Amino acid sequence: MSSTTDIADQRAAGRARIAARTLRTDRWWLPPLLNLVGLGAWVIYATVRAFMQEWYFVAEYNYLTPFYSPCVSYGCVEQAAHFGRFVPDVPWLPYALISLPFLLLFRLTCYYYRKAYYRAFWGSPPACAVAEPHGKYTGETRFPLILQNLHRYFFYIAALISIINTYDAILAFIKADGSFGLGLGNIILVANVVLLWAYTVSCHSCRSIVGGRLNHFSRHPVRYKAWTFVTKLNGKHMQLAWTTLASLAITDAYIMCVSAGWIPDLRIVG
Amino acid sequence: MSHWHHFRVWRGDADGGELVDYPVEVNEGEVVLDIIHRLQQTEAGDLAVRWNCKAGKCGSCSAEINGRPRLMCMTRMSTFADDEVITVTPLRTFPVIRDLVTDVEYNYVKAREVPAFAPPAGVAPGEYRMQQVDVERSQEFRKCIECYLCQNTCHAVRDHEENKAAFSGPRYLMRIAELDMHPLDAADRRDLAQEDHGLGYCNITKCCTEVCPEHIKITDNAIIPLKERVVDRKYDPIVWLGNKLFRR
Amino acid sequence: MTDQTDRTVEQHTYDVVVIGAGGAGLRAAIEARLQGKRVAIISKSLFGKAHTVMAEGGCAAAMGNANPNDNWQVHYRDTMRGGKFLNNWRMAELHAKEAPERVWELETYGALFDRTKDGKISQRNFGGHTYPRLAHVGDRTGLELIRTLQQKIVSLQQDDHKVTGDYQSHLRVFHECTITELFTTDGRVAGCFGYFRNDGRFVRFDAPAIVMATGGVGKSYQVTSNSWEYTGDGHALALRAGATLINMEFLQFHPTGMVWPPSVKGILVTESVRGDGGVLRNSEGKRFMFEYVPDVFKEQYATTEEEADRWYTDPDNNRRPPELLPRDEVARAINSEVKAGRGSPHGGVFLDIASRLKPEEILKRLPSMHHQFKELADVDITKEPMEVGPTCHYVMGGIEVDPDTGMSSVPGLFAAGECSGGMHGSNRLGGNSLSDLLVFGRRCGLGASEYADGLGALPEVRSGDVEAAIERALLPFSSATDGGENPFVVQLELQKTMHELVGIIRKADEMEMALKKLEDIAARTRTVSVEGHREFNPGWHLALDLRNMLLVSLCVGKAALERQESRGGHTRDDFPVMDSDWRHVLLVCRGLGEDDVELTRKEQIPMRPELFDLFELDELKKYYTGEELGGHRAGQGERA
Repeated sequence: MSSTTDIADQRAAGRARIAARTLRTDRWWLPPLLNLVGLGAWVIYATVRAFMQEWYFVAEYNYLTPFYSPCVSYGCVEQAAHFGRFVPDVPWLPYALISLPFLLLFRLTCYYYRKAYYRAFWGSPPACAVAEPHGKYTGETRFPLILQNLHRYFFYIAALISIINTYDAILAFIKADGSFGLGLGNIILVANVVLLWAYTVSCHSCRSIVGGRLNHFSRHPVRYKAWTFVTKLNGKHMQLAWTTLASLAITDAYIMCVSAGWIPDLRIVG
Repeated sequence: MSHWHHFRVWRGDADGGELVDYPVEVNEGEVVLDIIHRLQQTEAGDLAVRWNCKAGKCGSCSAEINGRPRLMCMTRMSTFADDEVITVTPLRTFPVIRDLVTDVEYNYVKAREVPAFAPPAGVAPGEYRMQQVDVERSQEFRKCIECYLCQNTCHAVRDHEENKAAFSGPRYLMRIAELDMHPLDAADRRDLAQEDHGLGYCNITKCCTEVCPEHIKITDNAIIPLKERVVDRKYDPIVWLGNKLFRR
Repeated sequence: MTDQTDRTVEQHTYDVVVIGAGGAGLRAAIEARLQGKRVAIISKSLFGKAHTVMAEGGCAAAMGNANPNDNWQVHYRDTMRGGKFLNNWRMAELHAKEAPERVWELETYGALFDRTKDGKISQRNFGGHTYPRLAHVGDRTGLELIRTLQQKIVSLQQDDHKVTGDYQSHLRVFHECTITELFTTDGRVAGCFGYFRNDGRFVRFDAPAIVMATGGVGKSYQVTSNSWEYTGDGHALALRAGATLINMEFLQFHPTGMVWPPSVKGILVTESVRGDGGVLRNSEGKRFMFEYVPDVFKEQYATTEEEADRWYTDPDNNRRPPELLPRDEVARAINSEVKAGRGSPHGGVFLDIASRLKPEEILKRLPSMHHQFKELADVDITKEPMEVGPTCHYVMGGIEVDPDTGMSSVPGLFAAGECSGGMHGSNRLGGNSLSDLLVFGRRCGLGASEYADGLGALPEVRSGDVEAAIERALLPFSSATDGGENPFVVQLELQKTMHELVGIIRKADEMEMALKKLEDIAARTRTVSVEGHREFNPGWHLALDLRNMLLVSLCVGKAALERQESRGGHTRDDFPVMDSDWRHVLLVCRGLGEDDVELTRKEQIPMRPELFDLFELDELKKYYTGEELGGHRAGQGERA
């Protein structure tokens, strides 16, 4: 992989002239490959589902998939539109038009996902101490990548959307006939919401906002406690990033299956 | 309890070099640095290697072992399979002086460019009062033994010599974070982090954290918080608006 | 590439040259720069890698943060007791008085020590200190100290940069540079000569004042906690320049070094392990230290395990555990246990913290020890005991200096830190080395600046001296053609000789044998040969360091043979007790050419009365002869 210019550069800088791109003997290419496959598969699934415009709602049990929440298109089933309908019903606009772009941006600018896709999709670097295949690198110093700095604003919006998801999950306990109900769908929805909150709160921006920006924790005991809590969660940010991708896909797929009538919802109460 | 291992050590200088094969005896409990010393005392008397404490506290014996940036004194031979070929090469990012020794001047130059601790005005020596919770974050960064493995592995300079001028590397961004979080430091270091030390070059791919022999969470605890502090100052629309209106 | 025979010499001129970039050297350089001098710092390793980083426990200073009863007098008494009253009392006095200021100063440089609840610097217990006294940062205090001083140097360079546009205009670090010769002209320091390790080119520094801060001599021993740099360069350079060394028979063997694996044998296990509750056990599981409390300490140390354990939480009402006896006592006790066949599998004893503290607590208080054992020995100290044994750690002896200015008997030559002698007497207390190097580093910087100011015409380096220095430095290459020995072989022989014959326990006949062997090693040292080039050539470097190791070994051997008593870091099998008649006698070494030394005796100056009166007469009786006690307040009270 190493080109002749690399060697010329090495010489100019007086570096040891070692031609191999890396001398690593372990399977360094495996983690980026898994990330590539995992993220790629999820993006394809999510795109297909976002534009499908059906099987997003189980009217009987009030299950709304997070991929369509809040459902604001004129195309939405009225019952599913908890926040009104005001977006034209055209095939190229997802029903959850006001939330999906921000959720996408929240994850796209997330400090964990940045690491994952810079490595897996752009090879910058593919793995530590493995040369990247680009001649030039400016990192996040200029447009468009400098916009990664807007992460915290997407965090604020994502937190609002998490409230909506929570509202949806709570509403799902009330069946279409107004009575209380509990099924596997409810459990999945609640689990998903809990995980989404955990992911959102464990965000690095959140960690900075709640306390990280302070220089005197001792003068802000409550914020210090909050920071300590977020710090603990933040240590699991990567795991949460992946778990929530899975939980989102599972929640959506389950609701799709029930909504399409492929499987019945497993009912516990009602 | 000794056995033979196949070592390949890079020998040469800035004019060129090659991997040289050495069969060498390894005893129980030894580390890679012991083997390099054995080579020095036997068949490669002039093999150049930099080392000091042999206990992972001084950060002198940095090298790349099977392509991974590591301290030679902290790499136990028992972590390799008996038939594994062990390749030892100098740090790639810095100019080589000879064999395993590189010229790490880049780091000293960058160290000089980070403005020093600014003591608080009007606080006499002996009057400094700081709470343990307030110093703990900076204390983590002060565990740094300056082995420069993070500087070596960071692709921003490892793969792009031209970025050395604009980018100070993880070690010195962490130093800025350390001072910025210091409860008594009187300076604001946020603009400088981005404008003079190239904070934006970091794309948080975390190799610095991966190679840190002190297990300092450089990315999560120093660089990302520093980026967020810069956001506080530079990308917060309210702050921005205030600056525009009042020309601070 | 430097040709082997290239005789070009790079030349620099400075007001003050500091040799050694550990704590003492850096503190001296800071002070000299603050005094307006142009200063060069010369370091054998990279800037910031000095052996000071290995200091773990802390820096002793009577700030009274943990116990308000502490003050300089108590610290002074502890230091003198630890050194068995052989200390240079003036140094001990200055040290105890100035240490707090030096520590506080570090905070203004940016140091971050661990804190007490009210935000002051936290202080921990340590062997031989009456009160918790050691300012610390976990167990990496040395690193904090070196980094802080390094960053202060950078800060001073930044100030110079604002004025001159050059960071290095007034304060420059020449790292990876070894000094092989000091130049004196008419008995005064004129400069020094050496080579850069990376490319082998020669360099000379012309300067009227030189501060030695080169550390210790441990590399002359087989098992040592010291790094390769500790070849006694400062000691030997000073001897060859005409200065004197004192107290060279006193070597501290740290009781707890790692004993396994072989490659890290000797590496230190911090005393804080014991300060925080760790206990020593033999292979029978017995806490053996209770058997080894010497009479002079009987009153201060617990006699039962119960009392000792209570001390950790209630130090005011209980006596200290015997694990916290001064280092020499503990080292000898371990040595005896191992010799009696009650040692651990790898020839040490067990140091157990796992059964004494919760794992979280161990990780919090002793993180780098946990890390060190995990990574180097694959031992988890939160679950298993460590195996430890004595290791050559510190030389109390060193260049004889004036306590106030740090100047040696050679005008213009100063010394601070481990390479200076007197401060610690026959045994150093843990934590007193970091404070020593701050206090006397600063004093040397000040002394050197004042000396340079007071000097009229600068002494000129004689060109013949430079030629001779070049000749000597190149000798190992020309010896190559005469078939000289590999320096590594000679070094091993030297280390073995010192380890086996002038080790922890000494005997006259063994030391006589050692001196004979050293004579032979001296001849071989002159003719060691190396091959290859001058770029980073480890063989060549060792060939030149070897003569320093030899010279200090001769001093240690001769002084140890002469002193017919046991005291502190000097234990004679044939003279097992301390002898008051030896307390006031200092053994002084002078160089005779490149590889011989002569030994003379010198009387210790009596302690100033008000300092003497800080001690109770009963205690002094254990150390002093009857006639020396006449000046004590108790005696005078009787007369009055």
